[in-house]
Amino acid sequence: MTLDPLNLIAILGMAVVTYFTRLAGLALAGRLDLSPRAQAAFDAIPPAVLIAVIAPSALATGWAETGAAVIAALAATRLPLLGVVGVGVVAVVALRAVI
Amino acid sequence: MSALDDARLGFSDIWPAMVAAIPVGLLLGALAAGKGLSPLEVFLMGAFVFAGGAQFAAVELWTSPAPVWALVFSTLLINARHILMSASVVPKLNGFSTFQKLLGLYYMADENWALAEKRARSRALSPAYWFGMAVPFVCCWLTTTTLGAIIGAAFGDPKRLGADFAFTALFIALTASFWKGRVTFWTVAAAGIASALTYKLVGAPWHVAAGAICGLLAAWLAAGDQDEAQPATEGAQS
Repeated sequence: MTLDPLNLIAILGMAVVTYFTRLAGLALAGRLDLSPRAQAAFDAIPPAVLIAVIAPSALATGWAETGAAVIAALAATRLPLLGVVGVGVVAVVALRAVI
Repeated sequence: MSALDDARLGFSDIWPAMVAAIPVGLLLGALAAGKGLSPLEVFLMGAFVFAGGAQFAAVELWTSPAPVWALVFSTLLINARHILMSASVVPKLNGFSTFQKLLGLYYMADENWALAEKRARSRALSPAYWFGMAVPFVCCWLTTTTLGAIIGAAFGDPKRLGADFAFTALFIALTASFWKGRVTFWTVAAAGIASALTYKLVGAPWHVAAGAICGLLAAWLAAGDQDEAQPATEGAQS
């Protein structure tokens, strides 16, 4: 059971900003009136960040990874979360063996 | 209705989401172990942060030593949706004491927020119902992520079985769950290209900020076209 001080600082920093977002409603309730455009930008935050995090792995690693990402994206239109993970992992193992 | 019955009702509403989160929690723990995080660190992250998407993104970005600012920034961005969610749910917390509000909101996640909103449409949202959902949900997440870290550490290098790609596939699936048509398409295209280019030309962890900002800009621009055509959408959506 190890606890690295820098890891603990990172975890606490993550906790502080997360709690801030959850408490913000106490101050904002009833006062938040976003334009449709601002609302669209707000709604786009999760997909923008998720894709920004994985883009190097999906687009800048190799053809096997890019191919498997395309297959996973196709699977995501049909399958639940874990199904997509299963398809993606099998695809990358298969493509790495071939390419 | 007694508080105990109400808490039971909360539990019976949350348990399908809880069961669905079991393999996800195990996966997060195993991937975190692959990045060198100890089971204790995984447990503390779950207990303090308790936000699945942000925790997955953090584990993917984690290196040794930890890139603290990149981790905090990515967490803030991914969890920014909580601002809209809490703004929408807070007026429904009438029966809560201040302490119950502060504690209850600490563990507000997508699933229990959505169920609380649903409940508030038919009946008053009680603290018993809220904590009847939240307590088992949090306990399940902490147990499965910690267990995943212990099992994952025993397995060794996750790259061996293609498990390093599990993140990429998982994030693609999560993105699909946030899909809202054309605007999301331009968001994803801009975020992906900007992030990959920044990663190649500048390096980690700048690709996250560059990709996220370009994705948001694209959403802002794409949504502008339909501003007049579409009436205002209401409240928070996750």
